[in-house]
Amino acid sequence: MNIFDRMMLLDRRWVFLSLVIVCVVSYIIPFQIPIMVTDEVESIYDMIDTLPEGEIVLLAMDFDPSLLAELQPMTYAMAEHAFRKNLKVIFVTLSQNGPGMVDQAIREVADSVRLDRTYNGVFYKGKEIVNGEDYTFLGYKPYFALIILGMGQNFRIPFPSDYYGTALDSIPMMKGVLNYDQVACVVDICGGNVVDAWISYGQGRYNFKLALGMTGVMAADYYPYLNSGQVVGIMGGLLGAAEYEQLTDNAGLAKDGMRVQVFAHLLIILFILMGNIGYFMSQRDKRKLGR
Amino acid sequence: MKRSSYIIMAAVVVLFALSWIFKAMALDGETEHYITRAFLVTFSAFLTLAVLSFLYRDNPFYKFAEHLFVGISAAFWMCVGFWTTIVQNLIPRLSQPLSEFFEVPYIGGSFSIRFYLPVILGILLLLRLSRKVGWLSRWPLAFIVGTTAGLNFVRYLRSDFIQQISSTFVPLLGTRWEGFGHFFSHLDLSATGQLSMILANWVIFLGVFCGLIYFYFSKEHTGVFGKASRVGIWVLMFTFGASFGYTVMGRISLLVGRITFLFKDWLGLIS
Repeated sequence: MNIFDRMMLLDRRWVFLSLVIVCVVSYIIPFQIPIMVTDEVESIYDMIDTLPEGEIVLLAMDFDPSLLAELQPMTYAMAEHAFRKNLKVIFVTLSQNGPGMVDQAIREVADSVRLDRTYNGVFYKGKEIVNGEDYTFLGYKPYFALIILGMGQNFRIPFPSDYYGTALDSIPMMKGVLNYDQVACVVDICGGNVVDAWISYGQGRYNFKLALGMTGVMAADYYPYLNSGQVVGIMGGLLGAAEYEQLTDNAGLAKDGMRVQVFAHLLIILFILMGNIGYFMSQRDKRKLGR
Repeated sequence: MKRSSYIIMAAVVVLFALSWIFKAMALDGETEHYITRAFLVTFSAFLTLAVLSFLYRDNPFYKFAEHLFVGISAAFWMCVGFWTTIVQNLIPRLSQPLSEFFEVPYIGGSFSIRFYLPVILGILLLLRLSRKVGWLSRWPLAFIVGTTAGLNFVRYLRSDFIQQISSTFVPLLGTRWEGFGHFFSHLDLSATGQLSMILANWVIFLGVFCGLIYFYFSKEHTGVFGKASRVGIWVLMFTFGASFGYTVMGRISLLVGRITFLFKDWLGLIS
């Protein structure tokens, strides 16, 4: 058995082990990698950054804890950006396991916003984020298509009260806010087919500005919607989150994770090359023996 | 069960207990419920490692984690569905005594039949459990299927059909293109931008055209038609390649998330 045959018969568990080692080592050693910002992420950043103070952003967190690692960084970066710009945020989740995560995200972002920070050379004084004045968390309701359509008529139809049990009419921020007409834009951060409903039932029917943050697996499938102008921008996976962190000058989990991505991808490319070289060389040897 | 299985099981239990103790000692003073918190972090780490152990081979720890996940998910979804939909949305519109019982604000006014319809349909759906009157569950099912079909028809027609087709009607010669002579004599950003836009539009046009030809099976794929079909396959392969690249990135991201948890929250090796 020559080296090429050995390459072909390499146990997959060695691949897993080497990938884990590379990921752990590159995660533990701190260093920075340059992040190139793409147009589709920059357009989302511009959309949020250019909104006047007091405008309302609807941030839908439609994912499960299993996708926390990929989608939580972009949620944090975007929510903090909105709060620093003095925008008001309506949080909603159309995923069953979402409410706890949204609640946690709000508390952690509020902790960060409480601190004085300088982003992109601009000083932002720390401030307290107040429930009902700076944000409202509507909570979760099942049957996402009907909820999206219902919110288009009146937020109070699917959500008579917010997640914490307060009637929407008695929330100061929600006074005069009936439906999407009073919302400057909608950002859907999702890990499933809820995004289809946001595009079709939401943007298609009510024609609001829609931006998407989604898992890497899904991202490639949604570029046609970007090309057709149905969505403003797309943040795909951890890379999209890292680009947003780069734009907001607020390095977080995504930029940390990207340095692992670099070495993990290099290792996977190496294994793909090894597999292909092994395959072609063993085929050549077989042909030689055949003659 | 083999003797080695007992030894592995005992080793895991001992490691779990040690991890719980050390974590509780590390958290003492940081949080109020440090013993519970230490248990939860240790249990999460155990479940993470149990799921990852499948990469080596199937084992009882993986099966335990898998079954626990399925069971808890089902129970959690049911509870969330009951408390967020029936209690928060339906009961406040049906009855004041029930609203007071569940401590939700009563928002119903006069009697409205449309709020009783979902109750009736929901009960009919549950009749599926009965052999005698199980056929009644077909009515709410028919309602669900009919509504979904109607909503999806409009959805696909507008956002995935008409808008997608109209977005492929792109200007192949640009909007302000003044010819290659002008392009070479004015090598500025606007000129190159125009050229790149025209090239991108040609890629979209040919990609869509050749992709559609690949899926046209009423004519044999030979000659020029076959060559266009071949280009269509290449377009599809590029698309799958992009999806695969993103998928790898997604999976590594999930691994990064678990590594962060294990090394930061559990072991406390990184800050």
